[in-house]
Amino acid sequence: MARHLHRLANPGRFRRAAERVLPWTAGTSVVAFIAGLWLALVASPIDYQQKDSVRIMYVHVPAAWMALSTYAIMALGSAGALIWRHPLAELAARASAAPGACFTLIALVTGSLWGLPTWGTWWVWDARLTSVLVLLFLYIGYMALWRAFDEPRRAGRAAAVLALVGAVNLPIVKFSVDWWSTLHQPASVSRFGAPAMDPTMLRPLLVMYAAFLFFWVTVLLLRLRAVLAERRLAALALQPPP
Amino acid sequence: MFLAVLGRDLVLAGRQGGESGLALLFFVLGAVLFPLGLGPERGMQAGLGLLWVVALLAALLSLERLFRADWEDGALDLLAARPEPLVAAVLAKCAVHWLATGLPMAVIAPLLGSMLAAPSERLGLLALSFLVGTPALTLIGAAGAALTLGARLGGVLTAILVLPLYIPVLIFGAAAAEGREGALALLAAMSLTALALAPAAAAAALRHAVEQ
Repeated sequence: MARHLHRLANPGRFRRAAERVLPWTAGTSVVAFIAGLWLALVASPIDYQQKDSVRIMYVHVPAAWMALSTYAIMALGSAGALIWRHPLAELAARASAAPGACFTLIALVTGSLWGLPTWGTWWVWDARLTSVLVLLFLYIGYMALWRAFDEPRRAGRAAAVLALVGAVNLPIVKFSVDWWSTLHQPASVSRFGAPAMDPTMLRPLLVMYAAFLFFWVTVLLLRLRAVLAERRLAALALQPPP
Repeated sequence: MFLAVLGRDLVLAGRQGGESGLALLFFVLGAVLFPLGLGPERGMQAGLGLLWVVALLAALLSLERLFRADWEDGALDLLAARPEPLVAAVLAKCAVHWLATGLPMAVIAPLLGSMLAAPSERLGLLALSFLVGTPALTLIGAAGAALTLGARLGGVLTAILVLPLYIPVLIFGAAAAEGREGALALLAAMSLTALALAPAAAAAALRHAVEQ
């Protein structure tokens, strides 16, 4: 694993690998989105209490999962950049921030839309909602810090330290529903033993999750490729003309 | 090195006095604005949580100068070049910052609390919540201030980075001031966690700021 990561530090090799993988991840994402949306909006049963509004879950829950795991990837990439000075890790962390912020925003907005019919309010100041809002601010702060320095190396390291500090928030988001009794329901899929959800609802949820996941991988590869091309252009511009 | 930096910064803070004094003045003024803006009745009902909000903002104001002077005149480069870990210097600077802002705020808070018509038996608890909670504000803020050293729009950026991390302190600080059960213990846990993690992050950020 470490050796493979080491090999990918070469931008040219990474670009070729990314080009081979990209059509597959993009294709999987599109297929999974079509299948998942059909399963979620048409083929899945309605909830006996929430009626059709339960379908918001199929967007809300995968987005929230991705919001958390993208931050985790960002923190891991930052650790890799600070400890091993892996050039791609830093760029991967940087490229993860904007999609992560979007996932967080989607989770917050769909959560609000779902909250109105089920809880009777757009927003409550409970632990889960507040900590996810903090997550969004952390993403925004991370992106702002990247832009605040003229020197890209300094910006990268400062942002990496911030990403690691902000990782404190991840367990708070994850366990906020267990530690405090909140309006938001506790985890019902990722727990020991069987998930507390009917397979007819779990299946579309997992397909949608796969769609989000492959969408994220696709976007990440595209953004990484763009950043690498940008660096190459900058390097070429410094060379004297032949 | 810890004691040397501590002594030097204490003398500097004592001689200059102005910066931390201004932060305290802001704390008082901010707390006075709320009853005036909301009307005396509602301002008093708003509770002691608003004192914590103002304390957060006052702490933010004073963070700007925490490392900047040393960074500009090169003292930070000398500290970073010493064999002792930079964390010791960070801890010393945090200690001075807390003595100059957190501690006086804890002393003033009961006064402001009584102006907001808090029952007198609550005032001790209010001061205690400030004593326990403000170290977390200083420590987290130090990490934020170190990260934004030399950045464009440094002050605003520090606020954007630090305020989200202040939110838990605000929640449990206000809860502890209102006498909620267990909130004081959680507040202490936050200060201790910040003591364990934030100086290391600040020291790493300072080293990167010096290296470039």
